[in-house]
Amino acid sequence: MTHATTAASPPALALERVQKSFGTVRALHDVSLQVRRGTVHALLGENGAGKTTLMRVAFGLVAPDRGDVLVQGEIMRNHTARNAIQHGVGMVHQHFSLVPAMTVAQNVALGEHGRYDDGRMSERIRAIGERTGLVIDPLARVSDLSVSAQQRCEIIKALARDARVLILDEPTAVLAPDEAQALLRWLRGFVEQRSDHAVVLITHKLRDALEIADDMTVLRRGATAAAGAVHTFTEAGLADAMLGPGDRTRAVESEVVPEVTRHTDSVGAHNVVLRADALTVHDARDVPRVKNASFTVRAGEIVGLAAVEGSGQAELLRAMCGLLPLASGRLHAPADTGFVPEDRHRDALMLDASLTENFALRDAGARRGRVPWTALANRAAQVLKQRDVRAESVEVMARTLSGGNQQKFILARALDDAPSALVIENPTRGLDFRAAAAVHDALRDARDAGIAILFYSSDLDEVLTIADRVLVLHDGTLREVPRERATVGRAMLAAV
Amino acid sequence: MSMAPAARSALEVILRLGITLAVTAVLLVLLLVMTGYDPDASLRAMVNGAFGSWYAITSATFVRAVPLALTGLAVALAFRAGLLNIGAEGQLLAGAAASTTAAAVLGGTLGAAALPVILLCGMLAGAAWAGIASVLRQRFGVLEVISTIMLNFVALYAVGWLVRGPLQEPTQIYPQSMALEKALQLPVVLSGTRLHAGSMLAVLLAVVAWWWLRYTSSGFRLRAVGLNASAAATSGRINVARVSVLAFLTSGALAGLAGSVEYTGVTYALYENLSPGYGYTAIAVALLARLNPLGVLGTAVLFGALQAGGSAMQRDAGVPIALVNVVEAVIILLVIAGDRVRLSSTRTANTVAPDSVPERT
Amino acid sequence: MISLLDGFAVPLDDFLAASVRTATPLALAALGECVTERSGVINIGLEGSIICGALASTIAAGSVGVGAGFAAGLTAGLLVTVLFALFTVYLRADQIITGTAITLLSLGLTGLLYKSVYGSTGVGLTTPTTAAVEVPLLSSIPFIGRALFAQPLVTYALYILVPAMAWWFFRTQSGLALRAVGESPDAAMAAGVRPKRVQAMAVLFGGAMAGLAGATLVLAQSGTFVENMSAGKGFIAIAIVVLGRWTPFGVAGAALLFGAASALQYLFQSLGWNAVPYQLFLVLPYVLTLIVLARASGRTAAPAALARRELTLG
Repeated sequence: MTHATTAASPPALALERVQKSFGTVRALHDVSLQVRRGTVHALLGENGAGKTTLMRVAFGLVAPDRGDVLVQGEIMRNHTARNAIQHGVGMVHQHFSLVPAMTVAQNVALGEHGRYDDGRMSERIRAIGERTGLVIDPLARVSDLSVSAQQRCEIIKALARDARVLILDEPTAVLAPDEAQALLRWLRGFVEQRSDHAVVLITHKLRDALEIADDMTVLRRGATAAAGAVHTFTEAGLADAMLGPGDRTRAVESEVVPEVTRHTDSVGAHNVVLRADALTVHDARDVPRVKNASFTVRAGEIVGLAAVEGSGQAELLRAMCGLLPLASGRLHAPADTGFVPEDRHRDALMLDASLTENFALRDAGARRGRVPWTALANRAAQVLKQRDVRAESVEVMARTLSGGNQQKFILARALDDAPSALVIENPTRGLDFRAAAAVHDALRDARDAGIAILFYSSDLDEVLTIADRVLVLHDGTLREVPRERATVGRAMLAAV
Repeated sequence: MSMAPAARSALEVILRLGITLAVTAVLLVLLLVMTGYDPDASLRAMVNGAFGSWYAITSATFVRAVPLALTGLAVALAFRAGLLNIGAEGQLLAGAAASTTAAAVLGGTLGAAALPVILLCGMLAGAAWAGIASVLRQRFGVLEVISTIMLNFVALYAVGWLVRGPLQEPTQIYPQSMALEKALQLPVVLSGTRLHAGSMLAVLLAVVAWWWLRYTSSGFRLRAVGLNASAAATSGRINVARVSVLAFLTSGALAGLAGSVEYTGVTYALYENLSPGYGYTAIAVALLARLNPLGVLGTAVLFGALQAGGSAMQRDAGVPIALVNVVEAVIILLVIAGDRVRLSSTRTANTVAPDSVPERT
Repeated sequence: MISLLDGFAVPLDDFLAASVRTATPLALAALGECVTERSGVINIGLEGSIICGALASTIAAGSVGVGAGFAAGLTAGLLVTVLFALFTVYLRADQIITGTAITLLSLGLTGLLYKSVYGSTGVGLTTPTTAAVEVPLLSSIPFIGRALFAQPLVTYALYILVPAMAWWFFRTQSGLALRAVGESPDAAMAAGVRPKRVQAMAVLFGGAMAGLAGATLVLAQSGTFVENMSAGKGFIAIAIVVLGRWTPFGVAGAALLFGAASALQYLFQSLGWNAVPYQLFLVLPYVLTLIVLARASGRTAAPAALARRELTLG
């Protein structure tokens, strides 16, 4: 199974028989992986398969219970990020590890010793830019940078420490298609630049992997499911490896935009439920984030919103369900418009309260008099059963549920009593494949029952998969575009 | 794991309470030995002072438990709403001062009917004093911890000025207010003791607070805001600012009432050292009760006994009353340490090391 | 006009000197807290370190000497924060409640120890104090000369410490790491910084400085220990950090302002204005703190991860 390496030079990065458990959960089981010098190695697997944990082991952020990490043939004894950096490993985290309040130069310098000097650091960053083509303003505050510039900053940070092995965790997930293409090209160039360079690309997108990788390793449930050179895989074989035999169709679903079967006969179709007329919304710092947006969502349709993170989508979604005031414009939204926020631990659940109490939260703002606890507990129990939420009882703390079940519970809570409209933000974030599919099914059912749904996901392919129509938000400007991947991708990057 | 979760957690709470008290007792003895006091005589004095006789139980322990229960409720309610109100002491003094003023103004005209008005004035003053901190938090984002502590000092000096100025007794010799006339004092509820009607009030309010938090919509809103303010606003459409302000004012009113009750039931006059730090002890009272209003009644009696015993210990064995502060602080630290230790051991089992492995987000 | 100024000259001189004198312990504690808060921890237990520092310095100065007094104060302040660091950094307990408990513990413990060391009255307890050291020439500058250059050595230490700290914060890698931990501990960790260690060190530094502040209260000012003599100075120091926008020079300036507010009392007394009740002056620093905190709203300069709430009771 393991790919043979050239005998003469050791692999740039090798993990040997790595094992890691968290409490009773076994995250990695006897995983080995060899990244040959001068190659891009794709690490595939569905969410929760252990890709990120494995690479956090490689970068020293997680100490393995058993097994070795070797960099350029040298064994790492100290499992700290500091040591990994010294050995020439750099990691670009999925949610960037930058300090927003500091400048690019300060972020790049962080973790070094001795004196710090703005001028010298800027000089170094410019030099890296000239060498590699990664251009950035060294004195810009990170919080003012676009997502792709922040990613550049992360890569520069690694290069400034002479990283020869770059690990990137889902780097294309936050980028628009054209930006993603450019990044992949750059990575290809990086490994070809010097013989001891190598890249590990963590991804759940087959497309990215097939496009630039030399070798692939597929993880499933913490174990190696397949490994080898890219040309030895077929798409079907990869899907089998990722999901186990029998689930292949679903893996391909996210790659291909399916024909949507509209249910024209669904209840109350065609009635406009949500209507925005020239909405302008400001954020908490009074910066305009949505400008003059007009659109409608009809009963029985899912309108998808595509945008690069930070384009104003968070503000638009919150304004639609009355959580943010309008700076100007008119909004028609039913009073019972539900909202499923992306950060469920922060915005949707009281982790240390029971499921009944969490269920009671939905109407908490408007409820008067006594709380009908018995009725609520019964209703919550019913909903758990209906929506297949796995919990011991309604009295357990929300904290004890798995991420997928928490999300199913939140969605069930929002859909209870059939609201007229639902606003949804990144609902499958952090969910494994089956849980995500369950969320999608629930949304389609809700649509067919006549609910008007506004759906945002940072993953363009997810939007294309589930939406009937697509709106694109770029830098606060909204417009509707045809439901084609290339067109939507271009619109995400530039206002026309 | 055959036991029901509720029974299991009740057992755990009792077990933990037992461990906390045992560790505290051991530390107390060690401290006495280290500072050169005779632990046997000191502890004997302490136990006698708190529980030695029917009179000690009712007139020392219970009488001290009353302001502790009221301020303890104040702190518990605030903490439940996620507000760290460390200002019960200042709110108590504000209540006492307002009641003294009301008694001076109304006493002659209304007679005994003035008593409820006097108590009400104390509640309003406590709420107003807490209201300053609440406005500072809502309007200016000032941490309520710091503002309430500052306001405690302001209240203390304000009382110091009042009892040497506008509210000083007629002879102008002592820094205290005129003695409260008999008709305006809270009646004694057990003859032969000093236990006053404030005790009934404390029990009643604890039950009401418990019921309110558990069964009413507004009580649930308060708890939701404390558990997760962001989720309360986003998923519960709760007006968090409004709930916060109301909780802060209610908390202040309870602490203010503690001051009024102390004035009308125990001291009958306003002076600077009216409270031996009841408002600070209240934090320990509330935390040890795990912020449960009914539990506060129990822990208030416990700390009342500690203070009564501490006074007796100072009087009979010469041990400084400051020892009581040490014991209270140790209890607070043990409670929060116990809480963290339990959390860290269950967390690993349930949620896969939150620090090192974020979910794929 | 001239005569009016003449009448004010001596009181003003005294007032400025008293301002700097009163500001010294505040500045010491606030500079320490500034470092602590930059690492993302707010130490409400600062008060505890001050009072323990005060008692320890009293005992050591009485039996050994003034130098030992300062050393003992610093050590006591540091030891108190070992407990705080253990709870907040390693057990992740709520910073506010832990700090409150530690303040309570320290006030009780010092009250207890003081009486067991000096007897129940403690009357007549005085310790040696440090004399003011006049800097030749500089101390004869009109008005500010005596205020700035006829002070105890510990005040002069501040003149070095403040710029040194500013240099450390903004011109060294370890200062950068400190600020990064306070802004975003995860990011700092990914860059190879060890956040817990940085926070623990920052907390201990803050405690040592607060202990030094307590020693200064006794050895450079009152010359005696009184129960609860810290009187909320720990909390005032926290307000000073906010007013100083988390920078060393800002903190030093803010401390001076608070010193002046406290010293106003002496100015009024020496001018013979006795109509104002003295409680008003006592209350002034606390009221000023509230006003300052309200004015500093927005907290844009505050470290982003400061005092992350972890209260899970109830």
